[in-house]
Amino acid sequence: MNPALRILSPGFGLTVQDLGRFGARHLGVPLSGALDDYAHRVANWLVGNAAACATLELILGGVRIECLAAIDIAVTGAGIDLRLNGEVRRQWASLRVRPGDVLELHLAENGCRAYLALTGGVAVPAVLGSRSTYLGGGLGGLHGRVLAAGDLVPAGGRSLLAAPRCLPWTPVYPEHHVLRAIAGPHDHLFQRGLDRFFASTFTVSPRSDRMGCRLSGPAVERDAGAPASIVSEPVVPGNVQVPADGQPILLLKEQTIGGYTAIATVLSADLWRIGQARPGDTVRFVRVDLEEGQRIAAEWRGFLAETERLLAGGRPHAPCTD
Amino acid sequence: MGNRNGTSDVRLPAVRFRISGDRALIAVYGEGVDPAVNERVRRMAALIAAVRHPAIEAVVPSYCTLAVHYDPNLIDPPALAGLLRDLEAHPGETAVPEAAIVEIPVCYGGEFGPDLEVVAAHNRLAPEAVIQLHSEAVYRIYAIGFAPGFCYLGGLDPRIHAPRLATPRLRVPAGSVGIAGGQTGIYPLTSPGGWQLIGRTPLRLFDPEREPPIPYRPGDAIRFRPIPADVFARLAAEADR
Repeated sequence: MNPALRILSPGFGLTVQDLGRFGARHLGVPLSGALDDYAHRVANWLVGNAAACATLELILGGVRIECLAAIDIAVTGAGIDLRLNGEVRRQWASLRVRPGDVLELHLAENGCRAYLALTGGVAVPAVLGSRSTYLGGGLGGLHGRVLAAGDLVPAGGRSLLAAPRCLPWTPVYPEHHVLRAIAGPHDHLFQRGLDRFFASTFTVSPRSDRMGCRLSGPAVERDAGAPASIVSEPVVPGNVQVPADGQPILLLKEQTIGGYTAIATVLSADLWRIGQARPGDTVRFVRVDLEEGQRIAAEWRGFLAETERLLAGGRPHAPCTD
Repeated sequence: MGNRNGTSDVRLPAVRFRISGDRALIAVYGEGVDPAVNERVRRMAALIAAVRHPAIEAVVPSYCTLAVHYDPNLIDPPALAGLLRDLEAHPGETAVPEAAIVEIPVCYGGEFGPDLEVVAAHNRLAPEAVIQLHSEAVYRIYAIGFAPGFCYLGGLDPRIHAPRLATPRLRVPAGSVGIAGGQTGIYPLTSPGGWQLIGRTPLRLFDPEREPPIPYRPGDAIRFRPIPADVFARLAAEADR
């Protein structure tokens, strides 16, 4: 596999991610994957890839990359200052690059994570069915670690776009995030605190990572006699755990079981939004019931499918290859 | 527990269900750290996996609960709950493998178990007695999680309980066997950690390139077998090949 990119400056937290590692949670291997999977999918569709292809996820910018091959790339997600050989270029659009070109992804003006897709996807070997990097377990991605200066990024394909593509609108990420959530799985332990939880505004803590988005705000109150910790139960991305101090942790994609009770769970259709939250941003949870949550999820899947058709112009997307 | 077809003559507490977002249902089979409840969870996880229902994407068991990740396009939680109840009441011909006892060779003490003497002194025992008590027991794997292949084990003899380190080590080598409070466990990967280290296994517990990637399943049991340093070296060399 010929390398397509060389990392000149990695910024921090530059990793390979796809849609996640679905089949290994019973072994203690978490999901991982792009935290803003909406931006990840669109980046792939813009270069003609299937949504499951691996992209590069970067945090806030500070990345310089040398192109080594003639390929198509697309940068989506956080609103960054994107430059090709010093010239400002559009995000959310395909970009043909040639050997010797230098891409610069400067500090984000809005949002937190940007995604760089390239022709055929990032062609690192799949581990347990996914190319996503799981830093805690040192697996997936490029040798299970964050990318460093000098790393070579292999691309999986040679089939370039017949015509450039762009998303006809530009997402801008807010500093206040409204997340719809279903009460539970442990809402029966928070009868007193549930209404206040859904009425509160929380602030994203700088101690957040890919495992969990830590929030600070009014302490979430549990019922008299309700335990703060339980024997570990399976967790899912979107669970809002409440540790003893009442400061919630919104679980993301790097945990399989946990011993804190969870008051609510963010809809799968809204979870990508928190991938763009920066420390200091604010978060509020809006309660929906399960039926409404599943209707929203179905609508969201329809919107994604429509976006894919729009960008593909009727052509099928290429699967990812090694 | 239970009879072969899982019906009537043993009265099991009714399974309860909790909603965990729009894509997962948590089935609750009991409470706490209870081998009978955990065995029920183990059986159900195996049954659910065996039926290969197109709407079920993954099953993740823990102590007394299991998560069923489902495709909401294909099934809703009431139907899924009904399916799980039916499956338990009428498992039919679906074979559930017996739980295995997996033997883990461990070289105790010395460079591999730098805290063995601390654990011994804490309990006013000779180091040899700690080794004997630790390796005589059979430990049920109540859950796997926290890290790839990390087992939550039950059954540590109270005579060898020991407090966590006041200051966690920044680097605990993969395979290290430790004690923390009333728990014992193995670090499958090199990581930071605060357990008292009493030995190390030369086995590579988690290898994503191997099938299966870990040598045990939730609900299996583990027994530690003491080995001398030369056997450790030989097994470690084999594991590296």
